[in-house]
Amino acid sequence: MRPLRSLLAGVFAAGLLAAPALAQEGESLPHQKWSFDSLFGTFDLAAAQRGFQVYSNVCANCHSLQYLHYRDLSGIGLDGDEIKAIAAAVTVPQGLDDQGNPKDGPATPANQFRSPFANEKAARAANNGALPPDLSLIVNAREGGADYIYGILTGFVPAPSGFKMQDGMYYNKMFPGHQIGMPQPLQDGTVEYTDGTSNNLDQEAHDVITFLSWAANPELVERKQIGVRVILFLVFMAGITYAVKRKLWSDVH
Amino acid sequence: MAGLHKSEFANPVINWIDTRLPIFTMMQKEYGVFPTPKNFNYLWNFGALAMVNLMIMIITGIFLAMNYQPNTELAFGSVQHIMRDVNYGWLLRYVHQNGASMFFIVTYIHIFRGMYYGSYKNPRELLWILGVVILILMMATAFMGYVLPWGQMSYWGATVITNLFSAFPIVGPKIVTLLWGGFSVDNPTLNRFFSLHYLLPFVLVGVIFLHVAALHITGSNNPLGIDVKSPQDTLPFHPYYTVKDSVGICVYLAVFAALVFFAPNYLGDPNNFIPANPLQTPADIVPEWYFLPYYAILRSVPNKLLGVCMMFGSLLVLFVLPWLDTSRVRSARFRPIYRQLIWLWVVAVIVLGVCGAHKPEGIWVILSRVATLYYFLHFLVILPVLGKLERPLPLPESISQPVLGGRGGGPLPGSAPAKPMEKA
Repeated sequence: MRPLRSLLAGVFAAGLLAAPALAQEGESLPHQKWSFDSLFGTFDLAAAQRGFQVYSNVCANCHSLQYLHYRDLSGIGLDGDEIKAIAAAVTVPQGLDDQGNPKDGPATPANQFRSPFANEKAARAANNGALPPDLSLIVNAREGGADYIYGILTGFVPAPSGFKMQDGMYYNKMFPGHQIGMPQPLQDGTVEYTDGTSNNLDQEAHDVITFLSWAANPELVERKQIGVRVILFLVFMAGITYAVKRKLWSDVH
Repeated sequence: MAGLHKSEFANPVINWIDTRLPIFTMMQKEYGVFPTPKNFNYLWNFGALAMVNLMIMIITGIFLAMNYQPNTELAFGSVQHIMRDVNYGWLLRYVHQNGASMFFIVTYIHIFRGMYYGSYKNPRELLWILGVVILILMMATAFMGYVLPWGQMSYWGATVITNLFSAFPIVGPKIVTLLWGGFSVDNPTLNRFFSLHYLLPFVLVGVIFLHVAALHITGSNNPLGIDVKSPQDTLPFHPYYTVKDSVGICVYLAVFAALVFFAPNYLGDPNNFIPANPLQTPADIVPEWYFLPYYAILRSVPNKLLGVCMMFGSLLVLFVLPWLDTSRVRSARFRPIYRQLIWLWVVAVIVLGVCGAHKPEGIWVILSRVATLYYFLHFLVILPVLGKLERPLPLPESISQPVLGGRGGGPLPGSAPAKPMEKA
């Protein structure tokens, strides 16, 4: 096991806040329209690319995306050269040099996404004891999925008077218990889009959640496409088989 | 018994093999011309469906195991590796994950079929008992499989369920240590669960073979629940039931595909997308849907040992079902009261399932207690007593003459014959 045990107290405190342990009071899920929702829905690639920009500029400062590799970005429509350029701009550990010392170098498309912190302890130390969760699966890992993440990103409001806040915590109307360790990450105009899309909070949140939904379910589009064909085939086969059955059984009384 | 088999196959290669090892003759006898009651409805598809489902699970499982790492540090990441990097790994994994749910759906319907049409009664008691063994093995396999991805619910589910054994006096804690391979759910637990999860399906194959062998001795029950009397009552298994099973298989695969391709995580728990963390308990530890009724029975009893006994008892009672049901009429079709009460039992099981998904508070405690009570009442009181009191409807003369003429030639109510099946 990782050296977690020494951190018991800190984890316990964070756990209380991070886990959906406390009953979710009041706030219902904000139901949003997502490009990938419906039966035939696919990812809006332009939104996913803008979302990648939001992730890189904002989220990546604290949140890892450890199950993704740079090569995976072809899934949101980036081409080989763009991916190489994105990877090359990142410095990652590259094993040992000839003298046996750890060395760093520019990443290649085959590298995992760089994590902002070397380890969990470093992450907690930099974040007031809280651990920013890895975002690779965050959309699948929360009840409510994309809508819930949208609720968090747009849920930062002033605490109601009389609400007792702990030090270093922020009020969020969506978060269970309403006290979250993350300061409001996105506001109107946080990210400057190159394609001229309006950069209000709603747009930024939609974009980054589209990106994260892709990150959690990169197979989604292929899965649905195969699914349509498989089900059509099976319905067709069921029909034919049933006709054969009727024919065969027609002499049984 | 030594001596070559006299094979009737024309093909020289098949004939050569069949003379020395008559597997073709056996297949021809058991699946070709095998006399099968001609009045099956589509509920008789579900045994074949379960067989297909087991095959799917074993095949996808073998390929998953090639890419999975049974180590607490690596397990969660290796599942993500399967989902993202292995060619069609996501398909293998989603088929296997949802295949478990489909397996239970199919098996529960198969069991219900047996209960509704009295398939467990003389002479099929042993066939039924083997079926209950299969159910229990399946549950153990599914439970251990759910632990393997090493998410939060895997870890905490394993902790809660293995801890149940600690309720037994004296040996309890020892059993738990043995299950864990240590003093908490940890790497040794994951290793042994992986090993057993790979082993048990093959044990299942063995018990299913016995289940089918026993079936082919007694012959199938049928919706009328009466014995086969003459060759007019039966059809050769092939092509009549191979084609009827094929219809069912297509429909079943379509439902399966809808789940896999369009809602692969619908039946799962979001918490299992969070890596296992021994220091952080999820708000609700909920088992997979197919265990919810048993979980509700467990939690409906305030005493831990009694709760555990009731939970295991809810399965063990099925072993003696053939002797608890005193009615000699098999099919619910001819048992006007049982026909209603069996549905009440189904409702009780569904209520238990819903209760299992909710925290044991307020109304859910009361509901789960009432449903638990009825579950056991059905088996332990209603079935033994009902068999004596109920006046069954007149049974038809034979399968090929299901409608009684005005002459009322059927056996008298209450004296329905339960003769061993005559060879058709």
